[in-house]
Amino acid sequence: MISIKNVNKWYGSFQVLTDCSTEVKKGEVVVVCGPSGSGKSTLIKCVNALEPFQQGDIVVDNTSIADPRTNLPKLRSRVGMVFQHFELFPHLSISENLTIAQVKVLGRSKDEAIEKGLKLLDRVGLLAHANKHPGQLSGGQQQRVAIARALAMDPVVMLFDEPTSALDPEMVNEVLDVMVQLAQEGMTMMCVTHEMGFARKVADRVIFMDAGQIVEDCPKQAFFGDVSQRSERAQQFLAKILQH
Amino acid sequence: MNYNWDWAIFFKPTGIGSEIYLDWFITGLGWTIAIAIVGWIIALALGSLLGVMRTVPNRWIAGAATAYVEIFRNVPLLVQLFLWYFLVPDLLPEPLQIWFKQDLNPATSAYLSVVVCLGLFTAARVCEQVRTGIQALPAGQTAAAYAMGFRLPQIYSNVLLPQAYRIIIPPLTSEFLNIFKNSSVASLIGLMELLAQTKQTAEFSANLFEAFTLATLIYFTLNMGLMLLMRAVEKKVAVPGLIAVGGK
Ligand SMILES: Nc1ncnc2c1ncn2[C@@H]1O[C@H](COP(=O)(O)OP(=O)(O)OP(=O)(O)O)[C@@H](O)[C@H]1O
Ligand SMILES: [Mg+2]
Repeated sequence: MISIKNVNKWYGSFQVLTDCSTEVKKGEVVVVCGPSGSGKSTLIKCVNALEPFQQGDIVVDNTSIADPRTNLPKLRSRVGMVFQHFELFPHLSISENLTIAQVKVLGRSKDEAIEKGLKLLDRVGLLAHANKHPGQLSGGQQQRVAIARALAMDPVVMLFDEPTSALDPEMVNEVLDVMVQLAQEGMTMMCVTHEMGFARKVADRVIFMDAGQIVEDCPKQAFFGDVSQRSERAQQFLAKILQH
Repeated sequence: MNYNWDWAIFFKPTGIGSEIYLDWFITGLGWTIAIAIVGWIIALALGSLLGVMRTVPNRWIAGAATAYVEIFRNVPLLVQLFLWYFLVPDLLPEPLQIWFKQDLNPATSAYLSVVVCLGLFTAARVCEQVRTGIQALPAGQTAAAYAMGFRLPQIYSNVLLPQAYRIIIPPLTSEFLNIFKNSSVASLIGLMELLAQTKQTAEFSANLFEAFTLATLIYFTLNMGLMLLMRAVEKKVAVPGLIAVGGK
């Protein structure tokens, strides 16, 4: 579904991504972790062409991002993305947040979009809040709306960039529950997260990045199994985050 | 001070036609409003376009808008007015020149000059407000809109501008008030707007204090009215659950 091939990216002379390659198959859940500044966000943003890269290619559902003929807005509309700070549109109501792109990007009718939006809102347990505005919801609720908003576009894959790291601890689980359910339903997912509980529960593979490189890319069992098999940097990282 | 206030002056005949002095003030107020409203429409439309241009990811487009702002903000308003009234018509093609200088009624040609002048001058200021409003929004808003498949023009019209305008209502209000005050420059090219009518009344009637007191009251009432109007607009478009747009 996603195939990342030897991607290199620079900010000026600073190389953020070095020769990154990996695959995410249909229905697979891949967790990306690594220290701050290692390039996780940058990599995941390259997957829906929010960030350009200078070398290599990424193919999403048979569409090459490096190909200049690719219709990037169309590609992006098929890739759902959830951000650390939710990024709901604060001036629109929850139901408008759920429908605006369905109508303006996919060309669906208003009725169709509302029906779909409300169904997904119900699914994340927030149907009662349809007419509120994002500022009237808690962080956890906003993030669940953001997930519903992405799903409303019928994405072939979902990208998450630290979806729970801006949340108060008591709200983390309500968001993770939605993500776990999604994973169990067979959604293809690429998640940047340090929630190792989530990784243990639903990930198929774990990628560990450091200094712009993919240092580890292995099945979950191996990643959490015999730690001595992991690279030194991964061991240090795991030791640090598993303490919490 | 031993001054005999005579408020009845406004109801006395001017000696020109059958007008009383109050009629002059009403005519003047009419011109002032006509200048300010049309100038404001130009300023808001052009200023918004320029504000957007200054924030788009294209150096040439942004540079052109920046150059506009630098020129129109830094040349004094009066100089700009004289350029629009005396110089620019001479640069027009022959038929347009004749139309502007001979066919048009002198008040109309002065009106056109002052409206264009104030519109373009205020546009530079509106541009800066719009730019500030857009730049105050978190970059994540643009990223989220792109991620949903929106194109740049849709992102501006659906996501960025609706939020930016809400943030900048207070500074826009003060630009709106400024254009009413600045409209008095029209008196310098002979357009009989409120200030010009006030001066004329003072000269004709010798009731200088009454004339300027009334003018002050009219400007003040206009300002208060506009301020209340903009407050109502601000309240109407306020987003529930948000004190200030901007986010984390
Ligand atoms: N627009 C930019 N210009 C220059 N450097 C950037 C830019 N964006 C990110 N970087 C740099 O690229 C590197 C990778 O950033 P990235 O945001 O991908 O890291 P991350 O792994 O997501 O970190 P975090 O866990 O803090 O989110 C960092 O060193 C960062 O400073
Ligand atoms: Mg990041």
